[in-house]
Amino acid sequence: MPLAAAVTDIEQLKSHPAISRLLGWDPKVVESVKFDRDEMTIYVVREGIREACALLRDNAGCPFNYLSDITCVDWYPSDPRFEVIYHLLSIPNKERVRLKVRLSGEMPALDSVTSVWPGANYFEREVFDLFGIRFNGHPYLRRLLMPENWEGHPLRKDYPVEGYR
Amino acid sequence: MAHLAPTPALEPGQDKTMILNMGPQHPSTHGVLRVLLEIDGETVVRMMPDIGFLHTGIEKTCEAKFYHQVVPLTDRIDYLCPMTNNLCYVLAVEKLLGLEIPPRAQWLRVMMNELTRINSHLVWLGTHALDIGAMTVFLYCFREREDVLRLFEAISGQRMMTSYFRVGGVALDAPLDFFDRVKKFAGTFPSKVDEYEGLLTGNPIWQMRTKGVAKISAEDAIALGASGPTLRGSGVDIDLRRDMPYTGYENFKFKVPLGVEGDVFDRYMCRVRELRESIGIVKQALEGMPSGPVKAHAPKVVLPDREKMKTEMEALIYHFKIVTEGFAVPEGEVYQAVESPRGEMGYYVVSDGSAKPYRVHMRSACLANMQTLPTMCEGRLIADVVAAIGSIDIVLGEIDR
Repeated sequence: MPLAAAVTDIEQLKSHPAISRLLGWDPKVVESVKFDRDEMTIYVVREGIREACALLRDNAGCPFNYLSDITCVDWYPSDPRFEVIYHLLSIPNKERVRLKVRLSGEMPALDSVTSVWPGANYFEREVFDLFGIRFNGHPYLRRLLMPENWEGHPLRKDYPVEGYR
Repeated sequence: MAHLAPTPALEPGQDKTMILNMGPQHPSTHGVLRVLLEIDGETVVRMMPDIGFLHTGIEKTCEAKFYHQVVPLTDRIDYLCPMTNNLCYVLAVEKLLGLEIPPRAQWLRVMMNELTRINSHLVWLGTHALDIGAMTVFLYCFREREDVLRLFEAISGQRMMTSYFRVGGVALDAPLDFFDRVKKFAGTFPSKVDEYEGLLTGNPIWQMRTKGVAKISAEDAIALGASGPTLRGSGVDIDLRRDMPYTGYENFKFKVPLGVEGDVFDRYMCRVRELRESIGIVKQALEGMPSGPVKAHAPKVVLPDREKMKTEMEALIYHFKIVTEGFAVPEGEVYQAVESPRGEMGYYVVSDGSAKPYRVHMRSACLANMQTLPTMCEGRLIADVVAAIGSIDIVLGEIDR
C-alpha cells in the first residue's frame, strides 16, 4: 500500500487538540508540525518545552496525561545536532503526539519535565548518560546505564560502535 | 507531587539508619538489579534502584546493522517475551515501509504473541511465588512452560530467541500438526491455571504477604509512567491491544482484568486472569485461522520462498540483494507501541533513507515501572520489597538494553 505523503502545513493541522492548545497559548512556541504515517509531530522551541508539557497534561478535553518516552536522536554533523523527543499519550482519548526540541552545541541543556511527570526521571537520566544533554531542574542527574566514572556519551554518532575499551 | 521525587541521595553517617545493599547478584531481584536500601531496623526509609549491569549497547548496535539483521537483536532485549519484541520492531518497520501484511500472518502473529504472553506470565508467577516462599508453584509453571517452548521449537526451530516474526510477515508457515498440538495445549491449560490459583489465591499466607502490600494509587502510577498490569492493578483501564489495536487484535474478543487497590495481590490477580484471557485468544485464533500466504508481496523487502529461490532466477537475485545489501526504507520516523506482558513496550525507529536504521530506541516498560518502586516500598518492611519487585515483573534485559 503506497504511503500517504507527509503533511507539514500548520493551517491544515491546527484542529488537532495538542496543536490547538499550544497555538492558543503562544503561537511562537510551535516551530513547525508534521503529520506523517498517521503520527503527529510538533516541533517546540527549547524555552517553551516545560510549559508546553504542563499545558498538554492539563488540557481539558484531551489531556495528554501519560509520558510514554523521552529519547534523543543525534544528527551529527548537521546543525542543530540533537533532537530530544517526547512521546505523550492521552489515556482517556487514546491519542498520541510527539514533541520534538532541537538543540545544538557541545553541551546542550534543556528544562527538565520531572515537575510535570515524575516518571520522566529515568528517561532524562538515560538521555544525559548516552547523549550528554543536561536537564535543568532534574532532582538527580547522574549516569544511569554506564558506570559512574565513564567518559564520553556512547550513543552520539562520533562515538564508535566498537567503543574505546 | 513533591513526595514523588525519586532517587534522592542517600546520606550515610548517622546512627539511626543503615544502608543495605541488595546487590546485583541476588536470587530475588530477577536479574542484575541492585537496590540500595536505607533501613531503620526492618523498615525501609529510602530506596534507590541502581541499574546498568546488563547494558550491552543494543541501541547503538542496531545502527550498524541492516533492518532485517536487527530482528535477532530484538529477541534478546526482553528475553522472556521474545516474540513480542520482534512484533513491535517489525510493526514499526512495516509502518515505515507502508507494507500490508496478509491476514494469515497477522493471525499467526496474534496466536504466537499470546503464547509468548502465557510463557512470560508463567515465569513471573513461578519466580514471584518462589520469592515469597511458595516453592511448589515454580516447577508447576515451568512444566507448562516446557510445553509452550516445544511449540515454539516446532514453529521456528528455536525455543526462546525465535526471531519468528520478520519484516513482511512471519518466517515460515506452521508445520502440519502444529495447530493440533496448540489445540491440545489450549484444552488442558485452563485446568492448570486452576491448579496455580488453588495453591495461591485463597491461601491465607499468600494473602497476608500480598494484600495491602506495596500499594500505589492510580494517579501516582500514571504520573510515574507505569503501564501494563502495574497500572491496571490500580484500576486504570488501558490495554493497547484493545484500545489502539495492531496486527489484527481488533478481530478478537477478550476482557481486560483490572484491580482496585493497587497492591501486590491485585497485580497478581490481573496477571493470572490475563493467563486465562490469553488462552481464550489462542483458541479464537485456532478456530478462525485464515489461509493464504504468510509473507507480504514485496519482492524487494521480503525474502522469497526457498523453493522459488532455488528454481527462479529473479527470486535468487532478490534473495542475494536483500541478504547482502538490505532494503532501503523511506525517510521518516515511527513510534510503535504494543502491549507486552509488562506494559507498553515501544520502538521508535528513525530512518534516513538508507538500508540501516538511523536510530532504534526501545521504550522499555520495566524501566518506567521500576520508577514506582520507591513509592511502593518506602515505609514498608524489607520482605515487602521482595514482594514488590516480583509484582512489577521486571526483566533487566529490557531495562538496561
